[in-house]
Amino acid sequence: MALLEVTNLGISFGGLQAVSGFELEIESGHLYGLIGPNGAGKTTAFNMLTGMYVPSQGNIVLDGVDITGKSPEFISKAGIARTFQNIRLFKGMSVLDNVKVGMHNRVTYSMWHGIFRDGVFRDRERQMDKKAMDLLDVFGIADKADYVASQLPYGEQRKLEICRALASDPKLLLLDEPAAGMNPNETLELRETVRKVRDDFNIAILLIEHDMKFVMGICEEITVLEYGKIIAHGDPESVSNDPRVIAAYLGGDDD
Amino acid sequence: MAKKGGNNRKKSTRTYIFSFALILVFWAVVEILGHMNMLSSKMLGLLIPICAYAIMAVSLNLVVGFLGELSLGHAAFMLAGATAGVVFYNSAGLNMPQVLRVIITLVIGAAAAGLFGVIVGVPVLRFSGDYLAIVTLAFCQILKNVLSTTYLGVDSAGIHLAFDQGSFRLEPGAKPLIKGAQPISGINKISPDMMVSFTVGIVLLILTVAFVLNLMNSRAGRAITAIRDDEIAAKSIGINLTRYKLMAFISSAVFAGLAGVIYVLNLSTLDFKKYDYNLSINVLVMVVLGGMGNVPGSIIAAALLTFLPELLRNFSQYRMFIYSIVLIVIMLFNQAPAFVQLRQRLTAKIRGKNAQEPEGGEKADTEFFEAKKQGKEDE
Ligand SMILES: Nc1ncnc2c1ncn2[C@@H]1O[C@H](COP(=O)(O)OP(=O)(O)OP(=O)(O)O)[C@@H](O)[C@H]1O
Ligand SMILES: [Mg+2]
Repeated sequence: MALLEVTNLGISFGGLQAVSGFELEIESGHLYGLIGPNGAGKTTAFNMLTGMYVPSQGNIVLDGVDITGKSPEFISKAGIARTFQNIRLFKGMSVLDNVKVGMHNRVTYSMWHGIFRDGVFRDRERQMDKKAMDLLDVFGIADKADYVASQLPYGEQRKLEICRALASDPKLLLLDEPAAGMNPNETLELRETVRKVRDDFNIAILLIEHDMKFVMGICEEITVLEYGKIIAHGDPESVSNDPRVIAAYLGGDDD
Repeated sequence: MAKKGGNNRKKSTRTYIFSFALILVFWAVVEILGHMNMLSSKMLGLLIPICAYAIMAVSLNLVVGFLGELSLGHAAFMLAGATAGVVFYNSAGLNMPQVLRVIITLVIGAAAAGLFGVIVGVPVLRFSGDYLAIVTLAFCQILKNVLSTTYLGVDSAGIHLAFDQGSFRLEPGAKPLIKGAQPISGINKISPDMMVSFTVGIVLLILTVAFVLNLMNSRAGRAITAIRDDEIAAKSIGINLTRYKLMAFISSAVFAGLAGVIYVLNLSTLDFKKYDYNLSINVLVMVVLGGMGNVPGSIIAAALLTFLPELLRNFSQYRMFIYSIVLIVIMLFNQAPAFVQLRQRLTAKIRGKNAQEPEGGEKADTEFFEAKKQGKEDE
């Protein structure tokens, strides 16, 4: 059975059917791409998968558990983590704390352990510090652990957001435009990091990205959305040569 | 890149040391002056109010500064704690040893305030938005007014509770505990020795500060800060927003209840109508002046703003004038580090290029497909 099975997923806002008939099958350890023109419904699909939006139709099953319409808290615990198109870091917190708060439901202790600073508190905090530093190390920002998150340059903020998502030990990681705003060098570096994450953490990754070289170079399977509907699905080669996809991207200005 | 980040762990240690040193130095100075009989009776009368307001400000900071929700009714929890505490203190507590009596009074005051924290918080904090300010403001006025029409007393027939004077009758000789709008007066002090009462206030302040700092430097505190910084991101990593908002709000109410108890036991009078939005706003001003999320700042601001109006009584004509000038000066002084930080962040942004990317990500990559199409046509 696949790790994630999405069938006939759809949502409408008022009269607007933003996504419909969305289907997806994801296996552990693989890299998937979700592409499409601006406003196609990619982020909306992510929002349904993570419980931010409640779908109007369809089913989402993660590892045998029906997570359709469940709360973000439930889905995060079930094993989906994400990053955001417009970076959403906890700006006033340190880099280290941003990662530690990502472990909220993985390394736990009650409020009272925290108030009394007992052995459980110290033990768990040490465990979190170690795990967080290891994660930051993977992304090469461990030396900035004590910075306030907003002080990081843009590319490193994106990396930190991925770190925070990984801190929750997800089975599936959703990345919404991870390379947005990065220069070519940073993008290249990010590509290696994403591959490394898939291999080292053995998780599935689904990413939205507009940088086609990035998507085509890294994803094994790609789904293309236009006006909320899937217009193509397959390996990078077949998708990038699909006339419907080309038409969708080049849009009305058919020359 | 220059290391501007500072060290966060060191920073939190500094906050602990500074907060506790501040309280202990204040306590030591007062003790020394007190033993040398160098404190006027006016000054002595301010000691517990300073502790009580410091507890009020630190606990309100938990909601306003750390959680980022606006509460305009902190006085209500002070009143709830004070009233519940005094009712016990003047009835069942009468025949107890004083130490036990004070401790149970504090516990009852804290519990009552916490209960009202639950009653106000549970319906309101389940929703995102700015409802809390309105509801706390309303609750504060309601509680004060309801208590002002409450009559409560105990005699051999049991407990009597009424909401109008007419239907409230006690056996002769029995003393009413709450007499409507009349202030409850003649409440026994914690101890005839002011220095003992003051030490109780200091101990409670230390407890409050320790609780708030320990909470904020733990898993729960990170969740609370995360909610303040970005609710959507906090949700996405599996934080239960309602749970942590309630945790901060109810804890804050509990400590306001403690402050209420020591405040009225010191004053010997409980006048319900004093615990209105004016008092709530005064505490809010202390929090803002001391700095959002700044615990020692709240203590200093509370001490200054409690002390200052009394100090200026001798210059009564200029009192409000000087008071406002001082407020402004403190505010500027307090903002100075923030200005420095802002400047640092701006320069960091200019250097660390792209730090402010336009929202909304990238435009769809048409060039790639342009090339594809071109390639196909060439074939
Ligand atoms: N909460 C909402 N209420 C109403 N309409 C919405 C909402 N969220 C998304 N939409 C609409 O759904 C459509 C798809 O938006 P979405 O953000 O998913 O696009 P996208 O594929 O991520 O585009 P981009 O590449 O620009 O990020 C848009 O027309 C958008 O206006
Ligand atoms: Mg999008």
